Amino acid sequence: MVKFYDREFSSRLLIGTALYPSPKIMQDAIRASGSQIVTVSLRRESAGGKTGDAFWSLIRELDVTVLPNTAGCKTVREAVTTAKLARELFGTPWVKLEVIADNDTLQPDVVGLVEAASILIKDGFEVFPYCTDDLGVAMRLVDAGCKVVMPWAAPIGSAKGIVNRDGLRLLRDRLPDITLVVDAGLGAPSHAAQALELGYDAVLLNTAIAKADDPVAMANAFRLGVEAGRMAYQAGLMEARDFASPSTPVVGTPFWHVVS
Amino acid sequence: MRVTINGEARDIAATRIDALLDELEYEGSHFAIALNFDVLPKSRWAETHLKAGDEIEIITPRQGG
Repeated sequence: MVKFYDREFSSRLLIGTALYPSPKIMQDAIRASGSQIVTVSLRRESAGGKTGDAFWSLIRELDVTVLPNTAGCKTVREAVTTAKLARELFGTPWVKLEVIADNDTLQPDVVGLVEAASILIKDGFEVFPYCTDDLGVAMRLVDAGCKVVMPWAAPIGSAKGIVNRDGLRLLRDRLPDITLVVDAGLGAPSHAAQALELGYDAVLLNTAIAKADDPVAMANAFRLGVEAGRMAYQAGLMEARDFASPSTPVVGTPFWHVVS
Repeated sequence: MRVTINGEARDIAATRIDALLDELEYEGSHFAIALNFDVLPKSRWAETHLKAGDEIEIITPRQGG
């Protein structure tokens, strides 16, 4: 089981709800992923409340826990107000906190992120901060009261997989009691498996599933990748080494006396 | 009265939030409102008076990652 604040879940795959070819495929992909937590956003309503209502009823049918995000917010003020709107709308203290510094890379503004997290935690929120793999920033987020930290693997939607493996490993080593989620940049189930093999508690992704040729099959593949990675981590991976070590016994090799 | 709704300047007749939603023909049930960057709980929509220059954001759930 994986713990997010005081709630426990069996699935270690958190999934986004955007970019699917159709609402039906979104629902089928989420079901196939086995995810119990889905991310949603908040946007301005221009169709008399009907657009939001239609989307919300699709999510309700899935019987999942909702994690609202502050995607697109560029200032602390916007992010904090959006989080409060999310709490009002969804009745949850959870928020995936995003404060974005740069439009092209969607790189988090880590200074604003720490500030916004502090404000929200004092106000009773349970914050899931989307951050970089910088240990100092992660430590400040933990100091602010975050019990979950979500470093990126690579920029959002880039599908590059884990760019800074050593950085992510360091976070895991130094923050053993924090629920760590790799959020953003994963492109393949093998990337998700790598995150879990590093000891990460979960992964969060959207584009790699939604933009696959067959999102439902890809959701299933990611579910298996996450399970495989977790199982491998628990089984204990061997250390890498620089030289070969024969797996077949050397003793009794035929013609041993000739070649040696 | 001129206010800003979801970033657009609008002339409205309503003087309270609940009347504004009627005027704008909002029928859905899942939206939240911020008035001048402060969240306005649903329980206060009927009693909250609007004034010229107010900034109103009407927000609904949407797809997100």
